[in-house]
Amino acid sequence: MSEEFEPNIVGFACNWCSYAGADLAGTSRMKYPPNIRIIRVMCSGRVSPSFVLKAFQMGADGVLITGCHPGDCHYIAGNLKCEKTMETTRKLIDVLGIGEERLRLEWVSASEGSKFADVVTDFTNHIRGLGPILGKSQG
Amino acid sequence: MNSEAIVKETRAYHCLECGVCTSSCPVARVRPSFSPRLLVEKALFGFGDEIVRDRDLWSCLVCGRCTSRCPSNVDYLNFIKEMRIEASKLGEKGLFSHDGILNTIMELQSLSLRQKRTSWITDDLEVADEGEWFYFVGCLPYFDLVFGEGGYCDVGLKPTERARNTVRILNKMGIKPVVSNDERCCGHDLLWNGDLEGFRRLAELNLKTIEKSGAKKVICLCPEGYVTLKRDYPSYLGEQDIEVVQLYQLLADKLKEGKLNFVENGSDNPVKVTFHDPCSLGRIAEIYEEPREILSGIPGIELVEMERNRADALCCGTSGWVNCSSCSKQIQTERLKEAEATGADILLVACPKCGIHLSCAKYNSDIKIEIKDITDLIVEKMA
Repeated sequence: MSEEFEPNIVGFACNWCSYAGADLAGTSRMKYPPNIRIIRVMCSGRVSPSFVLKAFQMGADGVLITGCHPGDCHYIAGNLKCEKTMETTRKLIDVLGIGEERLRLEWVSASEGSKFADVVTDFTNHIRGLGPILGKSQG
Repeated sequence: MNSEAIVKETRAYHCLECGVCTSSCPVARVRPSFSPRLLVEKALFGFGDEIVRDRDLWSCLVCGRCTSRCPSNVDYLNFIKEMRIEASKLGEKGLFSHDGILNTIMELQSLSLRQKRTSWITDDLEVADEGEWFYFVGCLPYFDLVFGEGGYCDVGLKPTERARNTVRILNKMGIKPVVSNDERCCGHDLLWNGDLEGFRRLAELNLKTIEKSGAKKVICLCPEGYVTLKRDYPSYLGEQDIEVVQLYQLLADKLKEGKLNFVENGSDNPVKVTFHDPCSLGRIAEIYEEPREILSGIPGIELVEMERNRADALCCGTSGWVNCSSCSKQIQTERLKEAEATGADILLVACPKCGIHLSCAKYNSDIKIEIKDITDLIVEKMA
C-alpha cells in the first residue's frame, strides 16, 4: 500500500499581524493541517529570497509567507517590500525547476484567525496535489 | 590533505619571506590584518589549524597576483583552495554576500530539478539541441533575476543580454551552438569556497550534458567558466574529450581570417575606451592580447590602457560571493577611478561578474564612467 504524500510546508509569519492571527486560530480551536512549521519573523519584509531557497533546499515542498494587509504594516511598508522581492523569488524558483506555484504570499491580520486556517488548509491541499518536488524528494 | 601536504604540494617551503605577495595583494592594502605571507608562514611553522579557523582565509580574492609575482614560484592559489577545502570539512565557511542566495542557487542545481534556464533565448537567435559547438551559458539566467531589473540586488544590469550577444556573434560566424536546459552552474565558486563534493556533482552533470549533445568544442564567455572547464574538470575528473575555447580566442582567430568584420565609422572622433582584465581571463588563463586585438579591429574605437593592466590588473574586488566588505568597495572604487583617470568614456569588462561588481560600486558613487561588456560593443559594431 502506497502512503499518501504528506508535504512539508515552511511558513513565515510576521510578528504583528499574521503570527497573532495564527495564535487566534489556535486559541479559537480552529482546525488546519499539521504540515506547516511556522517561523516568526519581525516583518514579512525580513524574508529574503535566500530564506525561501534555503527552505526548499532543506526539504520543504512549499513555502507560505503571511504578512499584514497593505497599509497595516507595523514598519509602514515592509509587506510591500516583501511583495516585490517575492515576485522575483517566484521567477527564480521557477527557473530553478522548483515551480512558482510552490511559493505563496498572503495577507492575514491579527483578527483573521479563520482566514489563517483557511489559507493553510488550501495551500497544504494545493501542495499535496502537486506532489513532491521532482528529483528531490524521490529516492 | 593536511597542512604539511599542502605545503609540499604548493611549494610553500620555497618561501623566501620576501613579502612580495603581501605587497602585491590588493586586499592587504586595504585590510592590514590580511597577509598572504603570514598565511604561508603559519603553514610552514605547523600552525595549519590556525589558518583553517582564520576568518581572513576567506578574504582572499584568488586574483593570482601573488602567485604571478612570487620569485619562488609558491602556488598561493592552490594553497588557499586546499586550505579552504580543509576548513570547510571542519564546518568553517566564508561570509556569504546577498544572504547566501547565489550559493544556495549553485547548490540547488546539483539536484535533478528540471530547470527553465533557456527562457532568455529570443526568436532571432539560432540554437541547436545537438551539434559541434556547445555554448556554456553559466550563471547568467540566475544573475538576471538577482541583479537585473526588479531583482533582489538590482544594479540596473541585464546579464542575459551577454548570452544573447554571444549567440548573435556565433550565428554571425556561421556557428549554431547547442544551448542546453540541463546545463548547470560550472562549480567554480563551490570549488573555490571549499565545497569539493558540490563541485564534483555539478561537474559530472555538466560533462554528461555536454556528452549527450555530441559537441566536441565548448565555448565559454565567462572567464571563470572557461578556466573551470578547461583546467579544473580534467584535473578533478580526468582528461575529457572536449576542446574548451574562450569566446575572445575564437573571435581573434576569426578576425585574422577576415570572417569577423565591423562597420566603418564615419566620424573623426574616436570613442575612448579602456579595458579591465578579469583575473581568470588574464593572470589565470593568460589571455591578454585577444580582447585587445578584437578592440583594435573595431573602427572608431581608441583603446587607452589603465596604469595597471594585463598581469598587473587590479581585481574587481570580490570573488565567489564571499566576504564582500567595505574593503571590496575600496578596491572597486580604486579601479573605477583608475579607469576614469585614463580619460576614457567607456570601461569595457570581459567577465559578467566584473561587470556586476564594478556596477555595484559605481551605483553608490559619483563616478560617471560607463561600464559596458565587450560583447555589447562587438554586437553594436558588427557588420
